[in-house]
Amino acid sequence: MAEPKENFNSELEFFVDMQRCIGCHACETACAECETNGQESMIHVNYVDRAHTVQTTVQVCMHCEDPACANVCPADAITKDSNDVVHSANTARCIGCSNCVLACPFGVPKKMESAELMMKCNLCYDRTSVGKKPMCATVCPSGALFYGTKEEIRKKRPQSDPVRTFKFGKQTVNTKVNVMMPKGTKEIRVY
Amino acid sequence: MAYKPKEKKEPHWKRDFPIRQDDATKITRREFAKFLCLLSGGFAAGNGFILANYFVNGKEPVKDHFVCNVQDVPAGEMIEFSLTGVRGTREIPYILVHLEDGQWRAFDQKCTHLACAVRYVKERNQIQCPCHNGWFNAETGDVIQGPPPRALPQLKVTIRDEKVFVSHFSEHENNS
Repeated sequence: MAEPKENFNSELEFFVDMQRCIGCHACETACAECETNGQESMIHVNYVDRAHTVQTTVQVCMHCEDPACANVCPADAITKDSNDVVHSANTARCIGCSNCVLACPFGVPKKMESAELMMKCNLCYDRTSVGKKPMCATVCPSGALFYGTKEEIRKKRPQSDPVRTFKFGKQTVNTKVNVMMPKGTKEIRVY
Repeated sequence: MAYKPKEKKEPHWKRDFPIRQDDATKITRREFAKFLCLLSGGFAAGNGFILANYFVNGKEPVKDHFVCNVQDVPAGEMIEFSLTGVRGTREIPYILVHLEDGQWRAFDQKCTHLACAVRYVKERNQIQCPCHNGWFNAETGDVIQGPPPRALPQLKVTIRDEKVFVSHFSEHENNS
């Protein structure tokens, strides 16, 4: 059997279109069905401002170029592989300190209190490493989550551009996962 | 798409705990062999240096060295003195013992076990190392009891004109 490295199609990328999220939680359910997660979802649907709107957003791990979660991990539990996928904490090493939870600018890692372990999306590595699409992207009914090539998404969303550069104050964070923004957007500024 | 860190010079903890799985590979056979060679080479060089130091500096004799006047140390007492070591590099502490029967002895003050300072005990006419209760013969410096593995190094004492001098035993003299 070939190595995951060889089967992983690096032309395929993850795209998140926040405004298409309808809050159906299908992605969460699909993610939790995956046996490797221990029936815990690693994708999270958030309410933007629940008192005033039903708008929801969905947050997957952005797989940063220089991941803050891995940088702050004192147990060396979070690593990035040769396909630039930032993996969920190695359960043999994770000490449940929550440093990654506090450090991530996107608020991705969640701590599973009962297991004292950090849980975060690993881009369905068990599936993507053998050439399949992530569970959440295959079940999303509204197209908020998409896994495919840039050409495909450009054809589907001619009015949007995929963006993967974020500015948090003076710090620039480049990610592997794209966020769909109005055409012409080059970066997302978060102050 | 290769991962490029922004700064080329990374802090050493980043090298020790890399984020990239590729960078966290085990140490190579070549590196390990290199490490072993350097380590054993270092050991060999260190041993060689110690040996060479012994041959070059170890035999430099202590010339007659004035310690004190005879009346300064009554019988059954001891005093401490120190001599500048070989090439003037360090002070070596010694004790001068005036035995009850009137004989004089000079010994290295450092116990041969873990270099604690030894002292003369008049009641037993022996030299004690208080750290681990080692005992030496006050006349010969031989070990009587305890952890010290070797006899205390001894200097030759000569009395001239009511003055006490010490020197190394010359080669033809009996050291015991």
